[in-house]
Amino acid sequence: MKIWAKTLSGKKSNMELLLEINSLTMDFGGIRALDHLDMQIAKGKIVALIGPNGAGKTTFFNCLTGIYTPSGGELILHTRDQVVQKLNGLKPNQVTKRGLARTFQNIRLFPSMTVLENVMIGHHCRTKAGVLGAVFRGKKTRYEEARIINQSYEILENVGLSSFVNEFAKNLPYGAQRRLEIARALATDPQLLLLDEPAAGMNPQETDELNELILKIRDQGLSIMLIEHDMRLVMSLSEYIFVMDYGKKIAEGAPEKIQNNPAVIKAYLGEDIEDVT
Amino acid sequence: MSDTQVILYRDVKKGLLVALWFMFLTFPIMVIKVNPIDKIIIWRWQNMFLVGGASFFLYLFSQIFLRKRKTSSQGDQAAKPSRLPFQQALITESKFFIPALCLFGLFWLSFPWLFSTYQTNIMITALMYVVLGLGLNIVVGVAGLLDLGYVAFYAVGAYSYALLNTHFGLGFWTVLPIGALLAMLFGILLGFPVLRLRGDYLAIVTLGFGEIIRLILENWNEFSQGPSGISNIARPGFFGIDMSLDAAISYTYYLMICLVLATIFIVNRLQNSRIGRAWFALREDEIACQAMGIDKTKTKLTAFALGATWAGMVGVIFAAKTTFVNPASFTFLESAIILCIVVLGGMGSIVGVILGALILILLPEYLRAFSDYRMLVFGAVLVTMMVFRPQGIISNIRRTYAIDEDLGQNTVRQKE
Repeated sequence: MKIWAKTLSGKKSNMELLLEINSLTMDFGGIRALDHLDMQIAKGKIVALIGPNGAGKTTFFNCLTGIYTPSGGELILHTRDQVVQKLNGLKPNQVTKRGLARTFQNIRLFPSMTVLENVMIGHHCRTKAGVLGAVFRGKKTRYEEARIINQSYEILENVGLSSFVNEFAKNLPYGAQRRLEIARALATDPQLLLLDEPAAGMNPQETDELNELILKIRDQGLSIMLIEHDMRLVMSLSEYIFVMDYGKKIAEGAPEKIQNNPAVIKAYLGEDIEDVT
Repeated sequence: MSDTQVILYRDVKKGLLVALWFMFLTFPIMVIKVNPIDKIIIWRWQNMFLVGGASFFLYLFSQIFLRKRKTSSQGDQAAKPSRLPFQQALITESKFFIPALCLFGLFWLSFPWLFSTYQTNIMITALMYVVLGLGLNIVVGVAGLLDLGYVAFYAVGAYSYALLNTHFGLGFWTVLPIGALLAMLFGILLGFPVLRLRGDYLAIVTLGFGEIIRLILENWNEFSQGPSGISNIARPGFFGIDMSLDAAISYTYYLMICLVLATIFIVNRLQNSRIGRAWFALREDEIACQAMGIDKTKTKLTAFALGATWAGMVGVIFAAKTTFVNPASFTFLESAIILCIVVLGGMGSIVGVILGALILILLPEYLRAFSDYRMLVFGAVLVTMMVFRPQGIISNIRRTYAIDEDLGQNTVRQKE
C-alpha cells in the first residue's frame, strides 16, 4: 500500500486544476513582496518557480502555507473530493491538513528526534489519538501507532533512508537530511508538495538522486511545486515554469519557452546592450 | 595516553594563577576580620593559604577530569558505538532491570518501618518533588516551554484543599480531583496569553503569573487569611478510621508512592504517544512543527494543562500533609528548585527527573550535619553538575522502534 497513491485523480485529465492563485499580494510595511500574482497549478504536474534572489519565491511559499497571511488576493484549492476551498487566513497546520506540505530552504528537521520519529510527526494531522488514548493505550491507539510506524517506514524506504531509521536526524549527512524533509512532508499525505530549494548544497550525484526521487513521487500521483536555482534540475524536471522578479510574475510556460523568453533572460542576466541602444 | 593522566606544567601555572585570583577575591572576607569593640584588625593569613591551596587542587582535578572525559568520548565515537553506557544498560536491559526494580520496590515499601517518622516525612517531601518535577518536565523538558511560575499551580492545589476543607468540610479524596482540575484550569488560563511567546519572554510572563498568585494569596485576607495562612486542615482520611500521627504519616507516604507510580506510568505513556511526539517536535522547531500539521495552540495548552494538573494534586497532598498552608510555601524559590530538578535530572528524562528530585531535596536535608556549609555544598553540586554534565544526570533517550518487516506489516494489513 502506497499511502500517497490515493491522489491518482490527476491522471484523468491533464488540465484538472489543483490550485488557483488570484492576484496574491503580500506587503511588508511599505515593501510589496508579492505583487498581484496569478498562477494556476494543474494536478499531477511538476511545476517550478524560479527567479533571481529576492524575487519573492519563498515569501510566496510562506503565504501559500499559512506562515504569512497574505495582504490581498485569493488562494483556492480544489481538494480531492472536488470541494473548492479558500486557503487564505488558515494557520499552517490547517493548510497542511488540507493537503499542502512543504520543505524548508534551510533544513528544519527535529534534530534530536530519530529519523523515524521525524516522519511519524508528519502523520500527526492524519491521526487522532488524544490524551486518554495515550494513557490507556487502547486497541485503537495501538493499532494507529502500529500503522504510523509501518507507513513511516515505508516512506523512508521509498526515499532511500531506511538504513537510518533509529539515527538522530542531526547525525544524517546533508543530502539525507534534505530527503528526510521530503519524507516528513510526504507523511502528511499531501496533494501538493512544495519544495523550497531541495537541491541547495547538494553535490551532482545527490542532485541526480533527488531528480529521480521527485519523478518517483510525481508518478505516485502527487503534484509538486519547487523553487530551485539549479537550472539543470529545473529544466529536466519541470513540466511548467513560473518566473518571478520583484514580486511579479514575469513569465510562465513550458521549459523550452522559458529558456528563450527575453523577459526571463533580462531578469537573470540584465538588459541586453542592443536593447538599450 | 600519557597526556591524559599527567598534569602538565601549563596546568600547574594556570592553577597557581587561579589560586592567586581566588585568594585575592576572598581576601576581604576570609582574611581581614575587624573587631569593632576592641578596634583591632585580625589578619587570618592561614585562611588565605587554605583558599589558595583548595582552589589550586580543585582546578587541577577538574582539568584532569575534563581531559579524561574528552579522550573517552573520542574513543566512544571511534570504537564502540554498540556498547551501552552503564546507566542506559540499567534501564534497557531486563537482566539488570528486574532485580534492581525488585530491590528498589522493597526498599521503598518498607521505608516507614525501617526509618523514623522524621525520615519518612523527609521522604514524603522528596516524593512530592518527584511528582512536581515530573509535572514540570512535561512543560519544560518535553514541550520546551520555560515555565518559572510552576509553583502557582501547586499553590492552587494546596489552597483549594485548605479552603474547601475549612469552609465546606470537603474531604481529601473529594478535593484531590477538584484540586487537580482547578490547577488544570489555571494552566489553561495561563496558557492562553502566553501562546505566542517563547523562551525568555515566556519565562518572564510565567514568573509574573506565579508572583500574582502568591500576592493574591498574601493580600486578599478575606479569601485566604493572608500571610497567617490556614491551619487545622484535615489529614488524608482512610474510610473514616482515626489514625495516630505516625500512622497518618506512613499513610501519606504510601499515598505519595502510589501517586509517584501513577505519575511515572502516565507521563511515560504520554511521552511515547502521538501527543508526546508533538510536544518534542514543538520543543525542537516550532515553525516546522506547525508546517507538519501540528496545532500549536492545542499542543501548548495540553502541555500547560497536564503539567499543572500534577502540581495541583501534589498541592492538595501538601496541604493535607502539613495541615497548614500559607503563601510563604509558594515563593519563586520553589519554582526555581523544581526547575533545577528538571534541568539537573535531565530534560525530558523521567528517570533523570526522579533522581534529580531525590538528590536536590534529600541532599540539603542530610547535609544538616554540616549545618553552616550545607547550602554551599548544595550550590557547588549544582555548579559542578552543570559544568560537567549540562545535559543532566540522565539525558533523554529517544525511543527506538524495531521494524519487523514481514511480521509487523502483515499483521497490520490483515487487520485492514
